Amino acid sequence: MRYSLFSVLGQALRGQRDWKPQWRDAAPKAEYDVVIVGGGGHGLATAYYLAKEHGITNVAVLEKSHVGSGNVGRNTTIVRSNYGLPGNIPFYEHSMKLWEGLEQDINYNAMVSQRGVLNLYHSDAQRDAYARRGNAMRMAGIDAELLDREGVRAMVPFIDFDNARFPVKGGLLQRRGGTVRHDAVAWGYARAASDRGVDIIQNCAVTGIRRENGRVTGVETSRGFIGAKKVGLSVAGSSSLLAAMVDMRLPIESHVLQAFVSEGVKPLIDCVMTFGAGHFYVSQSDKGGLVFGGDIDGYNSYAQRGNLHTIEDVMEGGMALWPGLGRLRLLRHWGGIMDMSMDGSPIIDRTDIGGLYLNAGWCYGGFKATPAAGFCFAHTIARDEPHPHSAAYRLDRFATGHLIDEKGMGAQPNLH
Amino acid sequence: MRIRCPYCGERDNGEFSYLGDAAPVRPDGMDASSEAMHDYVYLRDNRAGEIRELWYHAAGCRSWLVVTRDTRTHAITDVQPAREVAKTRRAETRLAETRTVTPAGSASHA
Repeated sequence: MRYSLFSVLGQALRGQRDWKPQWRDAAPKAEYDVVIVGGGGHGLATAYYLAKEHGITNVAVLEKSHVGSGNVGRNTTIVRSNYGLPGNIPFYEHSMKLWEGLEQDINYNAMVSQRGVLNLYHSDAQRDAYARRGNAMRMAGIDAELLDREGVRAMVPFIDFDNARFPVKGGLLQRRGGTVRHDAVAWGYARAASDRGVDIIQNCAVTGIRRENGRVTGVETSRGFIGAKKVGLSVAGSSSLLAAMVDMRLPIESHVLQAFVSEGVKPLIDCVMTFGAGHFYVSQSDKGGLVFGGDIDGYNSYAQRGNLHTIEDVMEGGMALWPGLGRLRLLRHWGGIMDMSMDGSPIIDRTDIGGLYLNAGWCYGGFKATPAAGFCFAHTIARDEPHPHSAAYRLDRFATGHLIDEKGMGAQPNLH
Repeated sequence: MRIRCPYCGERDNGEFSYLGDAAPVRPDGMDASSEAMHDYVYLRDNRAGEIRELWYHAAGCRSWLVVTRDTRTHAITDVQPAREVAKTRRAETRLAETRTVTPAGSASHA
């Protein structure tokens, strides 16, 4: 079923009774050309682009729970392409362009809202660093504006410009950045992939990866063995556990990141704003809740829940920037498990095992990358070579020294 | 989450900072191959379950601790001073070295 104004009006007249499920809840077949492990945003996008760009439709996406239950339904919905390093810039801009055309492409309302991403700076040194990043973006054809204090005041007059320790001096603005409704991204890609023949298999946990003569032959699952010529791992948070099934160790630690939503209020903030002196980022959802987050908790975790100490830290950051936040009540908060890589950048690559591919290490920036990660991972799987935009995201870069460390933190995953 | 520091007692985890898995042992820098250094610096087991990890009691006694914690539940089962753990490991290494230099024949029952 194609969504349009007419289908919406028609359903309204018929009492919304005739909507069909958006995708087939498939049962596993004996064998597929490609099996994608992980039915999150990245896995579903990969399956979609395998079908659309490469004509490979004998594909299954295996999800251990239900579609949307992992990080794609747990993030703060921010999209942007304001990176400063050559390995990252073309990739994230490709993602931004795919976001801009996503809704027409998959015929689904993903509520792509280019409301602008504003990164605040609080010192001369930080201004210089942001100016440099903005210039790197503009040289690559990406929009970036360096705002002074008055420019920021025009956008967000309610923040504390004269904080004694971290006064707001200005900001770097990417107007094309913004937010996208995260659940709709999962549902939209699932529907679009399913329409092209992809099997989406939920409640199907992978328990082993079968190999013969150095090549994968399929995966053991909670619903039996499923044969596959190629297997793509796209399981942020659990990448190390899947890799351990084929005796691989990854440059990744799993950490918990918490996010928060306040009670719903009338429109307060019409952009995404980040605090440059602490770690705090905030936007407002269409339901009215302020959606915000901060640092990861900082210790290895697979628990999908965090601790109060980090919650306090996030609230302190928020209050330092925007004292009015203290008048709001917190509605809910939750945690997701992040693949924190050793240089803060992702991995999209082949592995030493024939037919096994890896999409991992997204730290806590995986959501904005969803379309391009799917696009480039599909290319890597279909052609057995990296896509030019993701060519820097090699698994062996830690051995060769070609690290992509945007923050310059070194091999300490909890600091990225 | 609270950590029972052997010197200060049970404290909120906000007082501590985290280094990571305590398992990797730095290879001897002069003789180590680049592969061994790569594995030490970058690769992690990242297990779901009980792991031993290094925490630093920054807002307390400023000691390094080896904490045994379950990454699935955050339950802590053991905390030891890192100094003691390192001492024990050094003693074990010395013992192993002594064994390897003993003449053949006696090593098996050393």
